[in-house]
Amino acid sequence: MIARLGLLAPLFGGRTGADRVVPSTGPTALLTTLTAAAMAFLAVFALALSMATGRLADRWAGALARSATIRISAPADQIDRQTAKVLEVLEQTPGVEFARATTPDETRKLLEPWLGPDLPVEDLPLPKLVEVTESEAGFDAEGLKLRLAAEAPGAILDDHQRWRAPLVASAERIRTIGLLSLALISGATAAMITLAAQAALAANGQVIRALRLIGAEDRYIARAFVRRFTLRTLAGALAGTFAGALAIALMPAAAEEGGFLTGLGFQGLQWVWPLAIPALAAILAFAATRAAAFRVLRTVR
Amino acid sequence: MTLGYPGSDLLTAVSIALPPGSFHFLTGPSGAGKTSLIKLCYGELAPNGGRVEIFGQDTATMSRDETARMRRRIGIVHQDCQFIDHLPLEENVALPLEVAGQKADSEALTELLSWVGLAGQARSLPPSLSGGERQRAALARAVIMSPDIILADEPTGNVDWDMSLKILKLLAELNRMGKTVLMATHDLNLIRAAKGLTPARVLRIQGRRLQLAGSDL
Repeated sequence: MIARLGLLAPLFGGRTGADRVVPSTGPTALLTTLTAAAMAFLAVFALALSMATGRLADRWAGALARSATIRISAPADQIDRQTAKVLEVLEQTPGVEFARATTPDETRKLLEPWLGPDLPVEDLPLPKLVEVTESEAGFDAEGLKLRLAAEAPGAILDDHQRWRAPLVASAERIRTIGLLSLALISGATAAMITLAAQAALAANGQVIRALRLIGAEDRYIARAFVRRFTLRTLAGALAGTFAGALAIALMPAAAEEGGFLTGLGFQGLQWVWPLAIPALAAILAFAATRAAAFRVLRTVR
Repeated sequence: MTLGYPGSDLLTAVSIALPPGSFHFLTGPSGAGKTSLIKLCYGELAPNGGRVEIFGQDTATMSRDETARMRRRIGIVHQDCQFIDHLPLEENVALPLEVAGQKADSEALTELLSWVGLAGQARSLPPSLSGGERQRAALARAVIMSPDIILADEPTGNVDWDMSLKILKLLAELNRMGKTVLMATHDLNLIRAAKGLTPARVLRIQGRRLQLAGSDL
């Protein structure tokens, strides 16, 4: 562990001797910083997407999982009696926390988008709806269905499972895609930095040969390149992360009506997560440059 | 030892020992293998057959780090000098110390640059120096670690006669200080000029073999 800390120490010290031996300018410098900035910017969005869809999946899976609806379709002369029976059954059912029948006003509101206002719901043969909220323990849906069939034949229990399951699955899949995007961005960043480091190593062949000639060990030579690429990547990733986080912060606030899109972003402590992106980018750069440097150095005796 | 490429040997059955404190010239026609023999001596090339021992250790069994540390005990001067062009001369000369984790003493560094006549060019960049200045700077860099051996590959190849003599005198002075010197050159006049400066032997590569040329100087 201490040896590993020693390995990282040159990164955080001042400008070292090894650092001076590599020319400080070159086309790879700008390329590395810009790539890191662009990748970090994209990573912030991938992370925000993962977190937003994660929240959505949790909400659908959690909140809606505890609600159910009973629809009662019966002849007009039986509907009130069956509704009362359903409420009675629910009152006796373990795991039901709360149950109530929707009022005509609520039914009117539900149908308003399709049938317009001023609908005479009392005169229409509409089914009655009973809203059910489960307790933490939940109820036995199959047992409840059987009881309802026996005591209120017009009542049908809908526990939302049919439409909730694909939505939760979709949200979970989008979250996975977001995480996969992060992995791809990390891989692409590592590949770009490796290419840039190899280009820098090839361009500095004379420096490497001169250093080996005077007795420089591989880790001394590698340190100059590793430090430079790690710091460049860190600087680029910090800028990209800041820009990405700013863009996310300036998005419209999450609103119920806006649904998923306006909820894209971080909430509360989730804002800490983007800070991991520059650190991860720097670790990637360190590992990629070190591997590239030692690979190239092995070809010089 | 033997050195070559598939189907063609460059050096065959070469056997050489450099006693501590000796001065050897290595001569032979261009392409005879002088540079290759020097590179064998500091492990940049590995022999196809036989072995090269430096300070009692076989170069073939050395790790890369051991090879690096071994080179700190050898001062190497190449014809093309191999400087780091963006570093000032004084930093280039002090680089072996930096690489070995030691700090350069500024007075000693100035003294060393004065010894090779480059005190006034300490802040100059290598590309701005003349051929002779670069060779002398390379010599200063080669000796800053106070090495046991100096390997000089055509150090006078790009300089005029006066500068060649100056470099030869510096090498002879190092030899008198106890350093082992192996100097490759194709300039027979320079070898003759060494007579009286320091006792030296002349080795000649001819027909892929190494032989003693003439009597000791």
